[in-house]
Amino acid sequence: MSLVTGIVQLVTINIMSKLVYLVPLFPLIGFLINGLFRKSLSKSLTGIIGCGTILASFIVSLTIFSDTRKAGFDTVIVKLFDFINVDKLQIPFSFQVDQLSILFLLIITGVGFLIHLYSTSYMHDEENEHYARYFSYLNLFVFSMLILVLGANYVIMFIGWEGVGLCSYLLIGYWFKNTQYDDAAKKAFIMNRIGDLGFLIAVFWMINQFGSVNFAEVFAKAPGTSVGILTGITLLLFVGATGKSAQIPLYTWLPDAMAGPTPVSALIHAATMVTAGIYMIARSNVMYTLSPISQTVVAIIGLATAFFAATIALKQNDIKKVLAYSTVSQLGYMFLGLGVGAYTGAVFHVMTHAFFKALLFLGAGSVIHALHEQDIRKMGALKKFMPITHITFLLACLAIAGIPPFSGFFSKDEILAAAYARNPIYFVVGVITALMTAFYMFRLYATTFLGNFRGTREQEHHLHESPSAITIPLIILAILAVIAGFVGIPQVFAKDAHILHNFLSPIFEKSESLKQTPELSNSMELTLMAISVAVALIGTIYAWRKFSNNPELDEPQGLAKILSNKWYVDELYEAMILRPINAFGKFLNDVFEKSIVDGIVNGVGRTIQYGSRQLRLLQSGQVGGYVLMMVLGIVILFVIQIILKK
Amino acid sequence: MPINYYIFLAVALFCIGVAGVLTRRNAIIIFMCVELMLNAVNLLLVAFSKMHHLALAKVDPNAGINGQIFVFFIMVVAAAEVSVGLAIIVMMYRNTHSIDVNFLNRLKH
Repeated sequence: MSLVTGIVQLVTINIMSKLVYLVPLFPLIGFLINGLFRKSLSKSLTGIIGCGTILASFIVSLTIFSDTRKAGFDTVIVKLFDFINVDKLQIPFSFQVDQLSILFLLIITGVGFLIHLYSTSYMHDEENEHYARYFSYLNLFVFSMLILVLGANYVIMFIGWEGVGLCSYLLIGYWFKNTQYDDAAKKAFIMNRIGDLGFLIAVFWMINQFGSVNFAEVFAKAPGTSVGILTGITLLLFVGATGKSAQIPLYTWLPDAMAGPTPVSALIHAATMVTAGIYMIARSNVMYTLSPISQTVVAIIGLATAFFAATIALKQNDIKKVLAYSTVSQLGYMFLGLGVGAYTGAVFHVMTHAFFKALLFLGAGSVIHALHEQDIRKMGALKKFMPITHITFLLACLAIAGIPPFSGFFSKDEILAAAYARNPIYFVVGVITALMTAFYMFRLYATTFLGNFRGTREQEHHLHESPSAITIPLIILAILAVIAGFVGIPQVFAKDAHILHNFLSPIFEKSESLKQTPELSNSMELTLMAISVAVALIGTIYAWRKFSNNPELDEPQGLAKILSNKWYVDELYEAMILRPINAFGKFLNDVFEKSIVDGIVNGVGRTIQYGSRQLRLLQSGQVGGYVLMMVLGIVILFVIQIILKK
Repeated sequence: MPINYYIFLAVALFCIGVAGVLTRRNAIIIFMCVELMLNAVNLLLVAFSKMHHLALAKVDPNAGINGQIFVFFIMVVAAAEVSVGLAIIVMMYRNTHSIDVNFLNRLKH
């Protein structure tokens, strides 16, 4: 009997994995239906289709997840069709089901479903056609993101990579009648594209070097390749990641992207799209481990971004901008984790960050929906008006500040410990950033929810908790933000209890065998943990007490003014890059286009006109002239004959 | 006599005829030049016919007869052409009292 069950298990062990193509298929269908029939669908039907497809994908992902948990699961590659099939280059359109992709699949579909549910209420004031357009774009985004994480080679990943960039543009510019929002959308797309150039060049280089872009083949050949080439490829891939995941220098699009609807900010710019860069590097971990220079670059840029963005967040007054800079900062942490070799830690932080950041954004959306206001200086005392939003927001703030036992503590601590092991300076800067994180998050919390209400009488009159379609996702995400940390209990607390590490070990074991991450003694690790927790608590309590009763309402001076103006980075880019390029474009238009190109084209026309005018004169009507031409023609023919005969 | 002499003469006559057709204003003079061209061709044909006959007389006593027969055809055609052409000139003179070809530039309209 056990033999039969064993065989049945063996046969069915990968059945659901083979059906992985269903996961992106459902959102694609949702996109098509909501998009094509947007003028005739009712809002409830649109919402059902939009949310239902993602829920279906989530359920399929869960069954695939249960597959991966079975003993003896090995990576499954499901090939759909031959995408590019040239003589030496085979790029099939295939999906790769392994632990890393299934984890991301669950995050994307799970959090995505909650955000879709939230959107049905948040976007309710839109007209039917635009409501359907919103859900079709959102489904298209989920589809592209799923393609990105499921791709079995860099080209399929790139298709998804571009797709999420496109959907980011479409969704940021959703309220397209506002030109400022359009500019923000264009900025996001263009900065993404700049990064994508690096990604593409890396892909071409890989084709040149390895003859293939399939993950299995590339990672098998990587150890035998020269370090210089690997460094080049990984650095170029990282350029793509800086664009997509908003690191220095390509991060300025993310705060501006807050022009889009808040659920969009939650999904795209907190939980999923911006984590694409981290996914890509985690997937390519073998190549990065073999290029120490690239790893250092990744770590330093990640750390610098984390620190830099945190300083800006200290002085922002728009609730979404604080969260945007917070996202940039937390992404910096994730890249720091990748750069010091803590791949599991970085992916762990992706997961916990998805929960608490999405929760923060959705909570902010709830507040914005109630007040129609985004400036925290005009809020306050929302604690008594919106209790559920308040509690969930508080839990998320505790998580992001890194206070145990919430999820953020575990993931952030893992990264900081690995950073210390690599270089103590990383740890010091990381801890300072954690201090700032706790500070600005609780500044945000206290200014918004505590103290006295600083809005208008009108607003106070209409203030009430948001409907259940909004609060239920908040509650679910809050639960996740609280307990998700327990999948990653570090060694110091319990032996071998790091479930996530064990789960992801097949992905990262090759990296770990190539380069051992330095181990820290238990006491050292506990000390580091104590330091980071103490710092987080100091920041939290200080900010809580400072801002609960006197919010920062004055105009900032001096350093605060620089921080408030984002270190004038946008202005710097404008002067250093935009103006010269615009001037160059103007020069090309005025001089090159108008004089030269138009000159040539018009010149051709004018020449033909002149020639035809001259030719017309031949038809004089005078017979004598015609006879002359006959004679001349015959003479010419004779001459040609003679020359040819010679 | 070497065949070259006949060729040069015929070509010279032909060119003179062409020059005349292109240059002269009087329609009758133009006709005369056309005749000149035709006769040049005749001369050439006869000369080549004799050349062929001399070359092939031993093999075929009738070699080169084609050239001389063709001359008769050309003469017939020339005669017919002249009669038709002179008839046209007479009609033109009756209408316009001029046989100056530069004046008779009616094709343009």
